Amino acid sequence: MARSVTPRRKLINTTVAWAIGLLIFFPILWTILTSFKSEAEAIAAPPIFLGFDWTLENYRIVMERSDYGRFLWNSIIIAGLSTVLGCIIAVPAAWSMAFVPSKRTKDILLWMLSTKMLPAVGVLYPIYLIFIELGLLDSRAGLVVVLMLINLPIIVWMLYTYFKEIPGEILEAARMDGATLRQELIYVLTPMAVPGIASTLLLNFILAWNEAFWTLNLTAVNAAPLTAFIASYSSPEGLFFAKLSAASTMAIAPILILGWFSQKQLVRGLTFGAVK
Amino acid sequence: MGQIQLKQVTKSFGDVQVIPPLDLTIEDGEFTVFVGPSGCGKSTLLRLIAGLEDITTGHIEIDGTDATDLVPAKRGLAMVFQSYALYPHMSVRKNIAFPLRMAKMDKAEIDRRVNAAAEVLNLADYIDRRPGQLSGGQRQRVAIGRAIVREPSAFLFDEPLSNLDAALRVGMRMEISELHKKLATTMVYVTHDQVEAMTMADKIVVLHAGVIEQVGSPLELYRTPRNTFVAGFIGSPKMNLINGEEAAKHNAATIGIRPEHIDVVESGGTWTGTVGVAEHLGSDTFFHIHNTGLAETITVRAIGDVSLTHGDTIHLNPRNDELHRFGADGLRIA
Repeated sequence: MARSVTPRRKLINTTVAWAIGLLIFFPILWTILTSFKSEAEAIAAPPIFLGFDWTLENYRIVMERSDYGRFLWNSIIIAGLSTVLGCIIAVPAAWSMAFVPSKRTKDILLWMLSTKMLPAVGVLYPIYLIFIELGLLDSRAGLVVVLMLINLPIIVWMLYTYFKEIPGEILEAARMDGATLRQELIYVLTPMAVPGIASTLLLNFILAWNEAFWTLNLTAVNAAPLTAFIASYSSPEGLFFAKLSAASTMAIAPILILGWFSQKQLVRGLTFGAVK
Repeated sequence: MGQIQLKQVTKSFGDVQVIPPLDLTIEDGEFTVFVGPSGCGKSTLLRLIAGLEDITTGHIEIDGTDATDLVPAKRGLAMVFQSYALYPHMSVRKNIAFPLRMAKMDKAEIDRRVNAAAEVLNLADYIDRRPGQLSGGQRQRVAIGRAIVREPSAFLFDEPLSNLDAALRVGMRMEISELHKKLATTMVYVTHDQVEAMTMADKIVVLHAGVIEQVGSPLELYRTPRNTFVAGFIGSPKMNLINGEEAAKHNAATIGIRPEHIDVVESGGTWTGTVGVAEHLGSDTFFHIHNTGLAETITVRAIGDVSLTHGDTIHLNPRNDELHRFGADGLRIA
């Protein structure tokens, strides 16, 4: 029997859900609000919630002082290419683990994931030195590779989970029908896994977009993405919270909009396989 | 042409040998059914022929050429899977055309063949739909269509009807049989349903634990089962197998008598017992008889609707000329 929900119960559930949602969203909301305040209002105590003089001054100054477009372009290139590159490597990897597993497949998967548990700073020096050696410091190519590598375990894991859901008989049918391995991947597996691949790409893009540790440490000017753009408004300029907030809002806006429009896809992707 | 020969074929998964050395010849144009209980290795055997599994030792020859090391697509065989295994993102037309596209056939020829297959299988009305929009029976036809267009030297069917409901199953059974008559191509068909095997096969291969128990026409298996396993497996309801004293009277370790070979008589008779469950099918009635003095429950078929019910006394006369005798090793005594 379905559990019945009384109207009172429903009201409580809705209120609690909204409260939690707002709590999680609050820092972003506060950042956005602050970006429309003057510097004085931004640090006013007690803080002003909505009753301030709304202004676009901060945005104007930020646009004047920095080349937002260049940072944005770098972010798009780095997040986009690292995602595409990661996918090209992860699809065959996940395929082989899902459809021709060996005794050690599970171990390999776990080991791959364990690399995500390593504190990034632990490998900063070696990678930094390698970057100097290869002349990759402050280059988009270098960042693409590093971000691809750090997100690869997640892509492989997610794709592996999706591929496991695809009945092996369909791939066998393709084999009987004369498809080569490459054709099997291109014409049968990939189209069937499109929802999974799409949400994997999306999540990976968001992770790469938001990644700050490597992008801050390995770039200076040329390859600096939006994370560096935000950071440039923190310390060197002193405590200009309003401008910092304006820069942050501009940096997160593209990904926030992308996330908003693709939330259905993301939720579907992340819960895929949970229920048959 | 479509002769398939298995020579001393074995298959092991790790240390477990699921198919001990096995020899079998499937003649060109023959409808061969592999039948056996689940886990008997019949599907594995089919997959070995298809090339979806590698054989451990031995040889497979198709039309006289060694196909042991050929990839599935190069064996000239087409397979219909239990789950149909259609490509869900492609229309019926594209599903059927897929093997031809892979073979790089030219477009006009692909269209011609796809349309011909759709015609034969009554799929023309659904040709642009996706598999998800089709019923089970229609999906099965698409799967068969995808196999037909390749004009293979043999068709392999892996329990193709087990996902269909009973009524549809009977219909598809006939369609596949008719298709076989029309194409006259070798078909190898795996099922656990002995009724399917009996009704469709030219030749039945009864498998048990990876071993071929008997190969023969449906009626050969019905009339002269080689051992107690085949005797018990072929025929519905099952043959009565009786051990002990009653069997000893006939100089056998086990005797077998089919339910349709026992007559219900008014009085006297060899065995007297009480009716347990009575299954009324209209045309026939099956009685399960207890308390006959035998250890086994006896199943009897009576023609028509016989009005005996639970607890009634019944007198039975097995026809001695229809008795099957088996030795202690389970093998038939001539």
